[in-house]
Amino acid sequence: MKTDVRTKSSALRFVCRWAALVLLLLGAPLCARADKIGDVSDINILDQAIRFFTFQDPAVRYALIGSMLLGITCGLLGSFLVVRKMALVGDALSHAVLPGVAAAFLWGIARDPAAPKDPLAILVGATIAGLLGTVFVGLIKQTTRLKEDTALGMVLATFFSVGVCLLTMIQRLPSGNKSGLDKFLFGQAAAISAADVQLMAIVTGVAIVVLLLFYKEFLVTSFDAGFARSAGFPTVLIQNALMMLLAFAVVIALQAVGVVLVSAMLITPAAAAYLLTDRMHLMLILAAVFGLVAGSVGAFLSFLGNHLPTGPFMVLGASAVFGGAFLFGPRHGVVARWWRQRSRARRVRRENTLKSIYHVLEQREFQGEGVSLNELAQRRRETIEEAKQQAIELQRYQFATLQEDGDTIFLTPEGWERACSIVRNHRLWELYLTNAANIAVDHVHDDAEKIEHVLGDEVVRQLEKRLDYATKDPHGRLIPSVSDLRKGQSPAERPAEAVGYGRRL
Amino acid sequence: MNDFIPHFDFQRVFLAPWTANNLESTAWIALMGFLVTAACGLVGNYLILRRMALVGDAISHSVLPGIAIAFLLSRSRSATAMFVGALAAGIVTTVIIEVIHHKTRVKQDSAIGIAFTTLFAIGVILVSLFAAKVDLDQECVLYGEIAFVPLGEFTSFAGIVLGPPSVVRMAIVTLATVLLIAVFYKELLVSSFDPGLAASLGINAVLVHYALMCWLSVVVVSAFEAVGAILVIAMLILPGATASLISQRLPVIMGLTVLHAALSSVLGIHLATWLECSTAAAMVIMASTLFGAAWIFSPTDGLLRRWLRKRLAEPAVEPTVQMPQNS
Repeated sequence: MKTDVRTKSSALRFVCRWAALVLLLLGAPLCARADKIGDVSDINILDQAIRFFTFQDPAVRYALIGSMLLGITCGLLGSFLVVRKMALVGDALSHAVLPGVAAAFLWGIARDPAAPKDPLAILVGATIAGLLGTVFVGLIKQTTRLKEDTALGMVLATFFSVGVCLLTMIQRLPSGNKSGLDKFLFGQAAAISAADVQLMAIVTGVAIVVLLLFYKEFLVTSFDAGFARSAGFPTVLIQNALMMLLAFAVVIALQAVGVVLVSAMLITPAAAAYLLTDRMHLMLILAAVFGLVAGSVGAFLSFLGNHLPTGPFMVLGASAVFGGAFLFGPRHGVVARWWRQRSRARRVRRENTLKSIYHVLEQREFQGEGVSLNELAQRRRETIEEAKQQAIELQRYQFATLQEDGDTIFLTPEGWERACSIVRNHRLWELYLTNAANIAVDHVHDDAEKIEHVLGDEVVRQLEKRLDYATKDPHGRLIPSVSDLRKGQSPAERPAEAVGYGRRL
Repeated sequence: MNDFIPHFDFQRVFLAPWTANNLESTAWIALMGFLVTAACGLVGNYLILRRMALVGDAISHSVLPGIAIAFLLSRSRSATAMFVGALAAGIVTTVIIEVIHHKTRVKQDSAIGIAFTTLFAIGVILVSLFAAKVDLDQECVLYGEIAFVPLGEFTSFAGIVLGPPSVVRMAIVTLATVLLIAVFYKELLVSSFDPGLAASLGINAVLVHYALMCWLSVVVVSAFEAVGAILVIAMLILPGATASLISQRLPVIMGLTVLHAALSSVLGIHLATWLECSTAAAMVIMASTLFGAAWIFSPTDGLLRRWLRKRLAEPAVEPTVQMPQNS
């Protein structure tokens, strides 16, 4: 009964999804025809936002909307490139679209020399060229001994040079010179027209809807292709769909970012998001936001100067975001990691000082309370200055108090407990290595020096049990017991015939 | 369409460039194309072997800011400034890629993509901000000015007129490349094929890596003037890739690389004369065409050969049991 319901609901979901996809595919071209729809949904909302920034010029408006849209699309789709380790496929794809763009321009010139730029023709031409490029990469990989990177480089270079060749030939034509084709190389957001924005909005919508509908499929094939195949996902189809969407993304970004740098908009925001989260849906959202920020920053900066290309500024915006994530990411960031490392190093140093104080006390069989700085310094093989610094540090953490004359250290109960537990960890581990791992007694110290700082309570309890609550380490010294830790007593007060301390509690 | 693809005229395309009037400039362009492709191809062979083809792409992009900054700082367009800038850029790129790759969980491919696009963007901004001071323009950055190579003053040394400065520079770099490869042949070979063996022989793989990257930036920057920043990747990879389809022996591959360089340079000039398009791009197209020819007709591993082998071998390996096909 249960399975019946599940198959029913999954079948329903299946039908819904495909119906939505078909509607989308039918709807997208309709949107392109219906000028009103694009106007209402995009311009009015943006109008408010733009008024907010007092951008009254429609050219600025289009450029900003376009840059934001392309940032979102590139960020979303680029995330899949980054997690699939296909970042440079994006690079090859973005260079490979150039001949398609040039061909679309040629077609435009043949049709109407006055206005050769037709966004839809460029979309079609560039998509075909881009997909042809990826097909060639696959073919070269399959039929020769050449590796993927070489194949990518060759396809990139060949397609790009065909594009450049066509470009120089078009510029030779009387109507080609002022066609604005050269704007496609480094990008000029100011060249974005209303028709471009409409196309961008449609492509962005298509990308978002497809990702929402087939999120699971994209996710599974990206992370575990083998599992996806065995679970019956059409991996090849999904890969091709992704390539198609990527080609779309590249094309809508071309006008503003330029052929040469489009790949950065795919890779950099997504890589920045990848540094900040482990969850794919969060990564997608972050990448889209980063893309949006980079796009609008780039559009804004390039407007400040005359004839500045937009693409490089967007790329630098994205790189700045990446740099921020690289430095200040909460988990993987350089600063956070450096801070963690530093605090760990300082903790180890504190614990080592506590241990040394314990050793000094132990050496005089726990007679007397305080340890003089001189003794500590000798034990640690440090100068008195360094020992004093450490003592102050311990005082700051309330592990010890320093006498007024600044010469003798007294452990607080917390300090005593920590010192005992470190020494205990050390000696238990030494014993464990000699007993269980049969390592020679004179070889166990160094290893124990490292592990004493990282053993957790659970592991210590296991060690005690395995070692049958032993009281002496392999060198014959007493292991501080739990009651020593708890009561703050010194082992000297303990009865000599003490059995396993665990049982005494 | 008629004025888009010019009429093919054998006389104009193949003979006119080599007649007395044009002979000199054609010869210089051909020589420059050959030197660029040969030097890049020889270095590129090692990139292909080390699966670092796209690191080559990255470095070829990122020399741009190096050159631009060097020109701005030195206020001259001297060769020294150019080489220093390019070397610095090459090292910076390599370091950035290594840092991102090793210090974060971002994979190498993304690291390459981030590094070179950022540097290239900086370069383009510098060029467009200080176009007049840097004496570079965006067109030159994209596809070079190999056609202008024979123009301008010729370099002379000890009273002997040698040729256009960029050709002389490229010739020196090419000779140095050949020399360096000859001297360090073993180190490069071993560290490319078997890093473990290299380590046991006492070869410092990291040093070899950085040295290769440095030399790559030197080669790329001297090719920059001729073919720009982007088409260089074609010169780096295509000759080696073509040669490695024909042979598996590194010395033979080296020879074929040079042959490929000469052929693509001369054929490219003719293609550019016919289509009246960018000469550097035409050279790359001819280089790709040669690759396509090798891909199909290679005697050892070509598509044709494979197809024939499969057809001839077919009756022998006909399977008796149909394996279940898993889609």
